[in-house]
Formats: sequence, C-alpha cells, structure tokens
Amino acid sequence: MNSASSEMSYRDAIREAMADSLEDDATTVLLGEDVADAGGVFKTSVGLVERFGRDRVFDTPICENGFVGVALGLAVTGYRPIVEIMFSDFLPSAGDAIVNELPKFRFMSGGQCNVPVTVRAIGGATGRFGTQHSATGETWYSGLPGLKVATAGTPQAAYSVLRTAIAQPDPVLFFEHKGLYGVKGPVVRSAPMDVGTAEVLRPGNDVTIVASLLMVQRALRAAAELELAGVDAEVIDLQWVRPMDMTTILDSVRKTRHLITVEEQVQLGSWGSSVIAQAAMEGIALDAPPDAVTLPDDLLIPYSPTLEDAIIPSATQIAERVCAIVGVAARG
Amino acid sequence: MSVKEGRVHVTPSAVDRRGWFERILAIRFFEEKVQELFMDGLVEGTTHLCQGQEAISVGSTAALSDDDYMTITYRGHGHALARGMPPEAAFGELMGRTIGCCHGVGGSMHLTDFSRGLIGSFAIIGAGLSVAVGAALSAQRRGDGRVALAYCGDGATNIGTFHEALNMAAVWHAPVVFIVENNLYAEYTPLQVTTAVTDLAQRGVANGIRSRIVDGQDVDAVYEAVLEAVAHARGDEGPSLLEMKTYRFRGHSRTDPAKYRSAGELEKWLERDPVTLLERRLRDEGVLSDDEAHEIRVRVQKEIDDAAATAAASPPPTLDAARAFVYASRELR
Repeated sequence: MNSASSEMSYRDAIREAMADSLEDDATTVLLGEDVADAGGVFKTSVGLVERFGRDRVFDTPICENGFVGVALGLAVTGYRPIVEIMFSDFLPSAGDAIVNELPKFRFMSGGQCNVPVTVRAIGGATGRFGTQHSATGETWYSGLPGLKVATAGTPQAAYSVLRTAIAQPDPVLFFEHKGLYGVKGPVVRSAPMDVGTAEVLRPGNDVTIVASLLMVQRALRAAAELELAGVDAEVIDLQWVRPMDMTTILDSVRKTRHLITVEEQVQLGSWGSSVIAQAAMEGIALDAPPDAVTLPDDLLIPYSPTLEDAIIPSATQIAERVCAIVGVAARG
Repeated sequence: MSVKEGRVHVTPSAVDRRGWFERILAIRFFEEKVQELFMDGLVEGTTHLCQGQEAISVGSTAALSDDDYMTITYRGHGHALARGMPPEAAFGELMGRTIGCCHGVGGSMHLTDFSRGLIGSFAIIGAGLSVAVGAALSAQRRGDGRVALAYCGDGATNIGTFHEALNMAAVWHAPVVFIVENNLYAEYTPLQVTTAVTDLAQRGVANGIRSRIVDGQDVDAVYEAVLEAVAHARGDEGPSLLEMKTYRFRGHSRTDPAKYRSAGELEKWLERDPVTLLERRLRDEGVLSDDEAHEIRVRVQKEIDDAAATAAASPPPTLDAARAFVYASRELR
C-alpha cells in the first residue's frame, strides 16, 4: 500500500482500484461487456486481462440480468466479482438480479452466505449520448435494504470508494460518471474507508452544498465563483447513498444554517430530498428554506447538445441558486 | 447434437433404490402434511407442492456428490428433502420458526441449505439458472470437479434469463446441468398456449447444449440421465439440459383447484404416479416385499408427523435475529 499521493485521472483511479483489488485478493474477478480485450468501452479496464488472465477478467454476452446472476453465483461460492454495467441505463435490464437477488439473497437464506458483489454502473449526461445512455441512476435502487449504494465525484473517491465497495461482504452498486473520466486529481492509494462516509472537499461556513458525481466538480467550481461574491461554501461529496452519512452532512448544516443539494436526477425520488427531509425531521434551524438543484421534472435528457447543456446544472447555475438562499447577489 | 442421445448404464444397488422409495414417499407425505398444516393455520401464505414430480428430485440428487451445487425453485420442497434437508428444518421454515433452515425468515419458497450445496431457492422464474452458471464457473476456476444442478419449470423456458443462462453455460463450457421439469402448465395456463416449442429440450439444442428428453415419472430413468449429464460436466465436456416430462397432481399453488385440466388428464397421469411406479417395480424385481413396503410407509409417515410436531414446537425468530441477516458487515447491524 503506497500512502503517497499521485496525480491521476478519474478513469485511471477506477482502473487502479480494480487492479489493486485484483492484486490483493485472488478471488476477485471482473466481468462485463467488453471489459477484457477491449479494456472497457470507456477504457477503465485497460491492461487488466493481460495482467490477471482470462479466468479473472472476462467478457460476457450482452445479457445484464444473466451475468449479474452469474456474479451472484460466483460470490456465494467463494469469489468476489466486480461487474461492469456499460451504461447505468442498462441496470434495469438486470432489474431482477439487482432488486430481488443481490439484496435479498443473504436475508432469505437466514444469513447463510455473504454476497460480495460490486456492480459498477457507468452513468451520467454531458456526453451527448442521448436519452437512453445518459442517466446517473444513483437513487434508482437506493430503497433496498441489503444493498449498499455508492458514488464518486473525484479521482480520490473513485479509488477509495470503489476499493471499499469491492472489499465489502455485501452487494454494492457503485456509480461512476463518464463525464468525470478525464478529471485529474491527487489520489492516495488508501486502505478501504468506512462504508457510508461523505467527504468534505471544501470547508466553508456560509452554506452546505452536497453533491454527487459530476455535480461535485461543478459544485466546487460554484464555490470558487461564490468566493468572489463573498460566500464561503462548504462542499460535500455525498459518496454513499446507502448508507448515507447524515452525521457529516447535518453537522455541516448546523454550522452553515443553509442547505442545498445538487444532483443529476429529478427531484422526486432524489437523495437530495432525503437529505432535506432528514434535516427537517431533526429540527435543524435554517436561516433560509433549503433548495434542491436537480434535473427538470418535465423533460428527459435530450441529445441536442444545446438542450443537454441547458438542463444539466452548471457551476454558475448552482452558484446562483446558492446566492438566492443565502441572500447575496450573484456575480457575473 | 440431437435431443435424444444414448444412455450410460450405471446400475444403482437395491439398497439405493429402496432408499429412493423412502425419499419419494417422504416427499409425498411431507407435501400432504403441508396441506394439513395449512388447514390448522400453522402454515400461511402460499406453497407450491410437487406431488407427482418427486421422482425428479430423488433421481437427480442421487446422481450428485455431496459437495455439488444446486439451485432450486419455489416448488422446491422435494428437491430440498431429496438433498437431505431434515424434514423438521423444512417444516420449520414453512411455519416461520427458528428451527427452519433459514431460521424462519425465508418461508416455503426459499428452502436453502449451504451445508448441502443447496445455494439458493428462487421465487423469481428463471433467476436461479444464471446463479447456477456462476457456481459452475467458480468450480471450473478452482478445478475442483464440482458441478451445479439447476432446476426450473416449463414456464421458465420463456423468460429471457433462461436463454441468457443457457448461452453463457454453453459459451463458457460451464459444468452445469439444467433440469426442466415440464409439468405441462405454467401456473394455470397449458404449455401449448404460451409456448410454440413443446419439446423443451429443443431449447437446449438451440443454445448449443447437449439435451435430452427424460421420463420424469421414472426415478431410474431420471437417475441414469442425470448421472450421464453430471459425468459430462465433471469431465469438462460442458453443460447439459434434461427435459423431464412430468405432471403435478395438485394445483399451481394453494389456492388453485386446477380446473383447467382436461377431462381424464389427471387420472391418466395418476396411473404413472412415481410412488406406485417405483413400488411396483421394486416388488416385481423382488427388491421390496409387501411387508417391507408397508413397514416403510408407516415409518416414513411417522417421521414426517414427528418432524412437523418438532417444528411446531420451535419459537418464531426475533426481529433482531432477522435484522442480522440483512447485511454481513457489522457496522450496518
């Protein structure tokens, strides 16, 4: 384990998290469409089949429900599979395996087995992939006891959250954002972290911005814009949707007395609405009503680059919404 | 590759076959007892009984080694008992008691016993098939010679996962045997109404898998066919599919009076009841005397009755116990 930090892209951090997991534990395997010789359609597994062999890194037919079921079978008989789902939009094709099998398997058996399966789903808009290849989907399956759900908004999180997911004895849905693959940042090859921990990326005193996936990077840019307007924003990468780190988030809200959530999903069924509800239920005093920056509820993600750009929250839009609740005029 | 292929002849001993008779009877008496327990309010919800299909459970599990894997379905009481699950563990599960194989949280459709390689019992049609392929891949990677046996019904051959699992098994040469119990009805609907291919072994062939049609009422035939398929799998000769022609004597589930049967159909199949078929054969061969048959019936019935009583005396699980089954990691308990 190298504790030194190195500069790495989000894409490389994903690959390195898998490579280190494959290296550490000979029962770890990677399967999915085009993950072996092609190295993944987003090149997240380049070199892994050469390094670990075809028994441990292998291509599947295009049959998500079938191969997630195969991963379950491998997991309960001694292996630790990582499954790549090429686009989050394909997760529903594995719906039975994800809803009925992975989360329920240990429970239904009365605790006779562990289910160490990590399903990596590659999601997110801004790539001009159109309506059926652009969803993030991090809350689609968040209401399922038995499952853990994670995301990563930085290269460091891509490494450490994925490493942690793979090390779990339980099934984890891990969401990546394809708009982040080129983002570079420092990565420490840390040991697995605690499950369910959010990360404060930028401390601040005036407002708590909680974001996931690509919106984490945009929230950080918004915070830089807000600084020019004299607003000191605290930016938190949600990281784990289930279990959710309410302690870190609500401690921050108690300090800043302002809460805004940012995600690439519509509001109904969003994790942001759960955060806001929890803050309300705990009676946290706010200086202004909280806000949730989301996708519009009356649209689907369009192909047209102009339209896609118009509906995915930008850093400037996030900053404007923050200004509205903290009562400061936005700059620019 | 053809639907029908030659058999291997491996003759089981007389002792083995008397044991099969006892197991078939135990399953029959178990299922009849379940109906009684329903009337007594000791079993609730739903159950899917397998009277008429017992020879498949007994003949197929007899062809396995102790450490082979099995995935079964919601009509799985017979498979679990045939694999050696104690009847009190099965009854206990149906009654929701701690003595149950899954401590009472699973119920009738989820009889699971990892200590016997019974790695899953699925209430979702077809789901167990791909899980069995995964278990077979794990055996293949370890090179430990284990095989996986995956059961499904005729209705499952219409769901996508069936074809996904068969294709993956074939392309990866997985040591798995698929057993399709074709009891002619998908729940309430006759096979020919929903399925263009009625010899379902053809669906194995279509996926590049060695496939055979087997008389599912004849435990000897089931045993021989599964033994051959398991030998292929163990010998790195790939997967097989066996279509067992069979019939269920009861409805699909507890509330189904099976009014969809054509006139005389049940009676015709009752003539091929696996219990009487085997009993008659063993008597004809001089393997089983009338007195022995009687003694076995009385003894097995008592074992089943005693097991049900033992299960009924067991307490229900606690919510805390159930909570500990959700996640393996301690921090979430």
